[in-house]
Amino acid sequence: MTRDRTPLLLGALFLVVAVAGLWTPPWALFILTIAFAKGLVALGLMLFLRAGLVSFGQALYYCSGAYAAGALGRFLGVSDIFLMMAAGCAASALLGFILGFLLAKYRGIFFGLLSLALSMILYGLLVKNEALGSTDGFNILPSTLFGVRPSQEWLRYAVALSAAGVALAAAYLVHRYLKTPLGRLAPAIKDNEIRVEYMGASARQAIHTKYVIAAALSGIGGALAATTVGHIDPDMSYWTTSGEFIFMAILAGTGSVVAPFAGALIFGVIHTTAYDLSPNTWQMFLGTSLLLLIVFLPEGLWSLFRRRKAA
Amino acid sequence: MSPILDARGLNKNFGAVTAASDIHAAIEKDSVVGLIGTNGAGKTTFINMITGYLKPDRGTIHYEGRDITHLPPREITRLGICRSFQIPQLYSSLSVHENMQVALGIVLRNAGLGGFFSTGEPRVPGYDAPVSEVAERILERFGLMQYRDQNAQVLPGGVRKLLDIALTMAAKPRILLLDEPTSGVSAEEKFGIMDMVMSAVKAEGATVLFVEHDMEVVARFAQRVLAFYDGRIIADAPPQDALSDPEVKRYVVGGELHRMDEAAARA
Repeated sequence: MTRDRTPLLLGALFLVVAVAGLWTPPWALFILTIAFAKGLVALGLMLFLRAGLVSFGQALYYCSGAYAAGALGRFLGVSDIFLMMAAGCAASALLGFILGFLLAKYRGIFFGLLSLALSMILYGLLVKNEALGSTDGFNILPSTLFGVRPSQEWLRYAVALSAAGVALAAAYLVHRYLKTPLGRLAPAIKDNEIRVEYMGASARQAIHTKYVIAAALSGIGGALAATTVGHIDPDMSYWTTSGEFIFMAILAGTGSVVAPFAGALIFGVIHTTAYDLSPNTWQMFLGTSLLLLIVFLPEGLWSLFRRRKAA
Repeated sequence: MSPILDARGLNKNFGAVTAASDIHAAIEKDSVVGLIGTNGAGKTTFINMITGYLKPDRGTIHYEGRDITHLPPREITRLGICRSFQIPQLYSSLSVHENMQVALGIVLRNAGLGGFFSTGEPRVPGYDAPVSEVAERILERFGLMQYRDQNAQVLPGGVRKLLDIALTMAAKPRILLLDEPTSGVSAEEKFGIMDMVMSAVKAEGATVLFVEHDMEVVARFAQRVLAFYDGRIIADAPPQDALSDPEVKRYVVGGELHRMDEAAARA
């Protein structure tokens, strides 16, 4: 049996962020932090992909996490980054648990479109809500860490390091989950759900569990993005946001819990570069890269590593 | 002794078609029962009602004195009634070994083991060894080790059938329901498959019900035969009596011969 190197890899990545982050310019740390935030959402989508499901509405939980974190600051004056992430996680997990009773019954295109519909309902509700800033959203207080407000020059580094810590710890937990019998059930559900039931397991329960985990991860991601950007608005729940997450998840593939973060980072870099080169047609760059990806790497980034191993 | 499985007055209609009409069958523990009958006679409907896939319109099914008529398939499976499939139901994107790991993972889970917070490698109840090792042991027993790392999708027909049965037996069922275990298998392989299954069953001590079209297999392995025709049981006797029963000869075995003639004519 090969040794499990994933925990080591996750630890090493944290150290790299901690050390290399000291010399990284703030704008790059910002991109990195957002990649951790969005990578968490993509990690949740990976759980779905393994079970043969695609959610076109995962932005719902990204947005609910962001607004839960935002509400904490707006109504209670809390700005601690970890409390915000905890609030985002709890709010989205609870919402996912409730909606999961409905979603876990559906497969294929119905699962996808129903999740899309739910995310657009949240979008509609937020747009109409004056107290939460309607279409403009509202600003988030600058992050504090355990009651300390870092100076301006250290803020980006502190936030990036916190993001790395939480995201990589979450990735480790997901990695552990994937090795439990329940986690291993995903490809079996994808292949033959009836057989799963006739072996005495509940596919619906397994998918409900994945749904709650994915929602919780997305909630942390949303809260992290909120405190990093310093502003939230209903677009976080819009369907194009969900589309970005699918892009990252497909780019990553389902081979490793590290891949979604790499996918999110590459997405961030492509997005930033394309926007810089051509602010009006950046979507074209993104579309082209997605096209190339599907043609040349249909199983995602991670297949590069596997192919090399096989060779 | 009270029967391990007791079907009382089962009825099932699909529109105008009668799939089960007043089926009574009490199955003794550790017996091996062959279910015979032409296609559409009601054998698979009977199996489907036992496993909870179909709910009878009338009648009840008791397992060890407990009414299981309205339980869903997975709960009936958890009680120890497991089935194999006429068309093998495998996890086609996974290897043979991974298929077995999924089956054993479910056994662990249903025993409350191998959860997120458990540390170390859990041991599969009933085998007292870790999943990977138990999987190899079962594959060994069914002669599947040489296919260990092959994808289930590319396996030859007889091997698919064996893997399907091996997956069903992983949970150590108390009652094993085999739906045409030798269909789609070459004539040379059919006794081999049944021998392997029966020796595993003897070792574990399970009750077996198998649907079978091959009368040689029925005569050799069944202790008791239930002959189905038109949704009814027309004979319930030891094989030699059942197979020589005039009604069975006319409606079941004769039908079978007729079918074989047809197949020969097509070939």
